[in-house]
Amino acid sequence: MRAVDALMECLKAEGVDVVFGLPGGANLPTYDAFVNGGIRHILVRHEAGGGHAAEGYAKATGKVGVAFATSGPGATNLITPMCDAMMDSVPVVFITGQVRTDLLGTDGFQEADTIGITMPVVKHSFMIQHPQELPRAIHEAFHIARTGRPGPVLIDIPQDLSRAEIDYEPVSDVRLPGYQPKIEGNQKQIRQAAKALAAAQRPVIYAGGGVVNANASAELTEFATCDRFPVTCTLMGLGAFPARVDGTAHPQWLGMLGMHGTRTANYAMDEADLICAVGARFDDRITGKLSEFAPRAKFIHIDVDPAEISKNVPAHIPIVGDARNVLAKLAIEYRAIGADPGRLGAWWSRIEGWRAKHPLGFEDSTDSEIKPQYMIQALHEATGGEAIVTSDVGQHQMWAAQYYDFPAPRRWINSGGLGTMGFGLPAAMGAAVGCPDRVVCCIAGDGSVQMNAQELATCAQNEIPIKVFIMNNGYLGMVRQWQELFWDGKYSHVDMGEFPDFVKLAEAYGVTGMRFTDKSTLVDDMKRAIATKGPVLVDVRVTREENTYPMIPAGQAAREMVG
Amino acid sequence: MGTIMGEPGTKEPLSLEELHAATNMRTGRKHVLSILVENKSGVLTRIAGLFARRGFNISTLTVGPTDDVQISRVTLTVDGALHPIDQVTKQLHKLVNVLKIRDLEPADTVARELALFKVTADGVQRGELLQIAEIFRGKVVDVTKRAIIIEVTGTTEKIEAFETMVRPFGLIEMMRTGEIAISRGRTET
Repeated sequence: MRAVDALMECLKAEGVDVVFGLPGGANLPTYDAFVNGGIRHILVRHEAGGGHAAEGYAKATGKVGVAFATSGPGATNLITPMCDAMMDSVPVVFITGQVRTDLLGTDGFQEADTIGITMPVVKHSFMIQHPQELPRAIHEAFHIARTGRPGPVLIDIPQDLSRAEIDYEPVSDVRLPGYQPKIEGNQKQIRQAAKALAAAQRPVIYAGGGVVNANASAELTEFATCDRFPVTCTLMGLGAFPARVDGTAHPQWLGMLGMHGTRTANYAMDEADLICAVGARFDDRITGKLSEFAPRAKFIHIDVDPAEISKNVPAHIPIVGDARNVLAKLAIEYRAIGADPGRLGAWWSRIEGWRAKHPLGFEDSTDSEIKPQYMIQALHEATGGEAIVTSDVGQHQMWAAQYYDFPAPRRWINSGGLGTMGFGLPAAMGAAVGCPDRVVCCIAGDGSVQMNAQELATCAQNEIPIKVFIMNNGYLGMVRQWQELFWDGKYSHVDMGEFPDFVKLAEAYGVTGMRFTDKSTLVDDMKRAIATKGPVLVDVRVTREENTYPMIPAGQAAREMVG
Repeated sequence: MGTIMGEPGTKEPLSLEELHAATNMRTGRKHVLSILVENKSGVLTRIAGLFARRGFNISTLTVGPTDDVQISRVTLTVDGALHPIDQVTKQLHKLVNVLKIRDLEPADTVARELALFKVTADGVQRGELLQIAEIFRGKVVDVTKRAIIIEVTGTTEKIEAFETMVRPFGLIEMMRTGEIAISRGRTET
């Protein structure tokens, strides 16, 4: 069979049920194989939309997402999703076409050095040099993408090789002698960590996206609740520990930490004597000024990627391993010690003091105006807190993170590390394809949504029922906020005006368009939008100049929080 | 022989002081990293690219075959005064085609580099130049009327010393390979 037909067989063997992509000259043979390939393909309108959709699919389902593009511009359009997947450790396999081998290096039509351009933003890449290599490369790519610290893997296939005949035999093993992720976790280290936790007077568990990636949410909750450990999550980790149980706030939940985290979480980190970091990487949005970050704390650092340990903050007890394995073992070791939960009483009264004094809140409007924070609360109410929520990047993202109270992992899908505007809509599309039984909402910015609005056509054509709620303040809101606070209020190129008319835009794409402007009916209006069949784009007009608070100004310490 | 760096999860818990030292391990000396890689296209680009984007500076780099055709050896030297070696090796370990990394201990290592010097050698100077070459166990590999090419093998320090000696004669050109290194004793590097 042709190499491309073998490609289809390999994808099926890997359990791929959908591919997001766009054909072109160099991957014509691949698209010919789709005709009878038995794999669902969703034709996107821009390769970046396809790449982010594959990410959204992967984040929502925990499976590997797949995106296809042609050579040259098709491949370069995938670079943002690749980089995004690299920064947020999302398992995605990207498969690009390449010009014929006799044209390689000649600046042929639609030739780009895809492998070279993408090298810094992929976990690994394969340039196919012989058609017979393809099946093994596919399986190795999926293996690398999903194991260890997940990430994007690229396979670049020259057009002539893709249509060559090969002897296809199913591949059942991978040969990667240089790739052996450590997942077990050193038992001695785990015991040390349990002892340190049992002795700690002011411990905090700081959980990141690695917990979600490892499907370790249950183990995290189990471990945290085997004593009264306070828990905070990063932006990427939200949902790894339930913000609410049975409709009320989880007593051990401190809220998100970091630049726009709660004061309680940031102050607890500041005063902690022991911080147990799980699947988190001490990003600058978490630490603020590094020299003043958690100055009293010792650190246990659990991560599957050894290079993350002691990269930014030195770990006293490093544990390299899969979060799920390590947390399960840690809970056993901790229980065996029989620590006195009473020792945490003073720490909890300190935390309760912060909670009472600095609850997350905002000044609501006294008229019909919709405050952006209220918009998120309204969405929570309209969806019962049970939707998958994606977002773009900016103020709306932070408010969604602060106010939606995610009850479970893989419900909150956003671009954290790279901060990619235009991520939310295609990611919602991918999540909805992966989880057809769930309500999938995108909280978009009026600036961000325009960066991949073309995928509305994909949603309309394929009846992908995403509900996009644009938090429309007519500004590039986060940039405006920084200009207001740190650049003397001089606004430079942040006013987006009332363009486009989002309702008309929706209708042009064959999507239901709505506009909500009244707070008093917002919850019901949102319920109506969610109940509407098919994709819906809603223009929600919110307060124009509202700031996202609280906030640690960039490069400052947790103690310097404002707002 | 040296320690295998970046091996995760095996260290005993350390004191805070030790950890601060380890994280930003600026050892202050030159490190010779001996790296076994799969002999696949683009491996060198991956290594070089990693160094560039993490802001690590490669002092010298050599690549050559090993006794196994599927495996190549990269020997590179990094200044431990400028870079945290621990982070360098951990990042290198993440490259899928990298099989093994050794940070060679200077005392347990034999390191050599080869250099070619093209020096002006008119009449009277020639004798003196040949004497110096002999002291350094250099080999004259080419002579023309006005110039002479000398081959010198040895440690970086020896080659630099030789350079200092011949420069006053009129050094036209110099070429150096960068270091290769092998561990002493029976164990493999």
